[in-house]
Amino acid sequence: MISIIPLLLKIALAHLSGRRRQTLVATAGVAMGVGFFIAMAAMMQGFQTYFVQTIVDVSPHIVISDTYRELPRQPLTLIFNPENAALAIRNVKPKEEIRGIRNAGRILRALADMKGVKVAPMLEGQIIYRYGSTDKAATLSGIDPDAEKNITDIESDMVSGKLDNLKTYANGIVIGVGLARDLNAKYGDTITAVSPAGIVRNVKIVGIFRSGITALDNRASYALLKRAQILQNRPNVINAIRMHLDDPNAARSVAADIEKRFSYKAESWQEANEGFMAVFTIQNIIIYSTTSAILIVACFGIFNIISTIVNEKTRDIAILKSMGFGEGDIQGVFVFQGALMGVCGAVAGWGLGYAMSRGLGAIRVNIESELSMDRLFIIYTWTHYAFGGGACVIAATLAAWLPARKASKLRPVDILRGAA
Amino acid sequence: MSAILEARKVGRVLHEGEVPVTLLRDVSLSIMPGEFVSITGPSGSGKSSLLYILGLLDQCTSGAVYLNGLPTDDLGSASLSRMRLEHLGFVFQFHFLLPEFTILENVRIPMQRLGRLSERDQKDRATHLLEQLGLGDQGEKRPAQLSGGQRQRAAIARALANAPAVILADEPTGNLDTKNGRIVHDIFKGLARNQNTAIVMVTHDQALAATTDRQIHLVDGTLDLES
Ligand SMILES: Nc1ncnc2c1ncn2[C@@H]1O[C@H](COP(=O)(O)OP(=O)(O)OP(=O)(O)O)[C@@H](O)[C@H]1O
Ligand SMILES: [Mg+2]
Repeated sequence: MISIIPLLLKIALAHLSGRRRQTLVATAGVAMGVGFFIAMAAMMQGFQTYFVQTIVDVSPHIVISDTYRELPRQPLTLIFNPENAALAIRNVKPKEEIRGIRNAGRILRALADMKGVKVAPMLEGQIIYRYGSTDKAATLSGIDPDAEKNITDIESDMVSGKLDNLKTYANGIVIGVGLARDLNAKYGDTITAVSPAGIVRNVKIVGIFRSGITALDNRASYALLKRAQILQNRPNVINAIRMHLDDPNAARSVAADIEKRFSYKAESWQEANEGFMAVFTIQNIIIYSTTSAILIVACFGIFNIISTIVNEKTRDIAILKSMGFGEGDIQGVFVFQGALMGVCGAVAGWGLGYAMSRGLGAIRVNIESELSMDRLFIIYTWTHYAFGGGACVIAATLAAWLPARKASKLRPVDILRGAA
Repeated sequence: MSAILEARKVGRVLHEGEVPVTLLRDVSLSIMPGEFVSITGPSGSGKSSLLYILGLLDQCTSGAVYLNGLPTDDLGSASLSRMRLEHLGFVFQFHFLLPEFTILENVRIPMQRLGRLSERDQKDRATHLLEQLGLGDQGEKRPAQLSGGQRQRAAIARALANAPAVILADEPTGNLDTKNGRIVHDIFKGLARNQNTAIVMVTHDQALAATTDRQIHLVDGTLDLES
């Protein structure tokens, strides 16, 4: 059986060469589908990878905060499981606890003992900055600069000053580039900070950073942990522990473990950005459905040509069958035509997709949304090419299947009678 | 000597329309190896229908066809294809050469499908067959570049590709002038005499039919035994 494949291919090619222009158009159609898929996937996945990279670099992998995911159980429900007891407690008023992580020192030490983990304490709170006639609400994070450097890339994001300035200037703060712009303040300026506790202090801008994450750049500021605690009137309190992992992908399970151990809410970077992950899923669905649509349309073209060829070549089919070619042989001839167009379309589509990816990569943009970007990020991976090419060949072959089947079922007698 | 091809009480009824149409009724005949048989009869008498059934292209609705002494009515389409490939050759009024291929390639196609000869031997055999049929220098041409008579001879060369035991020809001279018709007829005669190939030829030409070993006359789908 294998030995006759070259013969069937030769006949298939002869048929296609008789309809060169149509074949070319249909092949170009599938090539377009493959090309668009590769370019769109390269761009979208490039963006997603860049996004995740930025998040992972800039923000901690796990944040432990001074809240609980579930309210503590009422003593009564600890005795009677409400799921199978006729028990309902209404209007439970949660006890007002003093905010902040209790036993923070002990927890910090326990976490620091874990393998592949770095920790940093933080007191995060609201603040209002006042400069000239401008008031600006922001967050003030009290940090330990040496520990913070292990957690995020903020040191490399500094556009003026450096993080260590916080240690040398007693009233120093580091603020985001967007916040500085909104306040009309520059590096070295002294501005007024007003805390919710009512404390007012003059602080000096000893550093400005640009993280690329717009929310941070516009709203975040940092001070020494001690300074922040005084400003917020919460001496010795921290309300967040930030963690860096050697393996960021393990964040989810590590966070779950920590939460079980200390019962404070521990949020992984994946959980914190779940909204974006959902957007990525939607993006991917859009890519796949658009390119499927293009491929399906292109496959109608292939279906058309092969149906035309079958109708045109009934005499050839009849003589081949009377000569001793079987149904499978005839089906093979026409399925090969679809497969050939699919293979050519896939190869052309690879070239097209690569060229389009390069073109997109060369475009310069100026995007300031969640992320600031100056160009599109393109990812080149063989999986896109394999998937695009594979889908193309399979679709083209399927498109040829129906007309090929019709051809294989033609009865030579009917055609011979008509042709005589 | 036993028959190479045999029809026993073959009948063919068509059920396509509202009323069944009887194409053939109780046709029995046997063809011996090397025998040149002609089938004649008025238009619509069932000559082509009989030839298709003898050639395993169509199946009878009653009776049976035996090839080489073996019944063929139980065979599936794959086995029937195989039988045609190995034992039968067809020549029609129209040449049915594949237009995209050269004459030599056309003659080679059945050999390629059978796959018994090496590529070298296939080409040698195809060239030899074309020479036998006076087309030695036409092998590289396309069918469209040949005359009607040449095309019909090329179609005969193709029918001979796998050295079939029987050639079935449906009005092979129908599209040819007298001279070319004569040539084709003589080729068949030579094949029967020299290579022991049985020939079954449907023809309207009484003069040609008269020179064959045996004439079968069909009327209304049955053998006319008086002739
Ligand atoms: N599909 C069909 N439906 C109905 N009738 C058919 C069909 N095929 C053939 N016939 C009829 O069967 C009869 C025999 O046809 P056949 O082609 O065998 O005749 P023939 O002897 O070869 O005629 P000719 O000399 O004109 O070629 C004719 O009357 C024809 O009209
Ligand atoms: Mg006829």
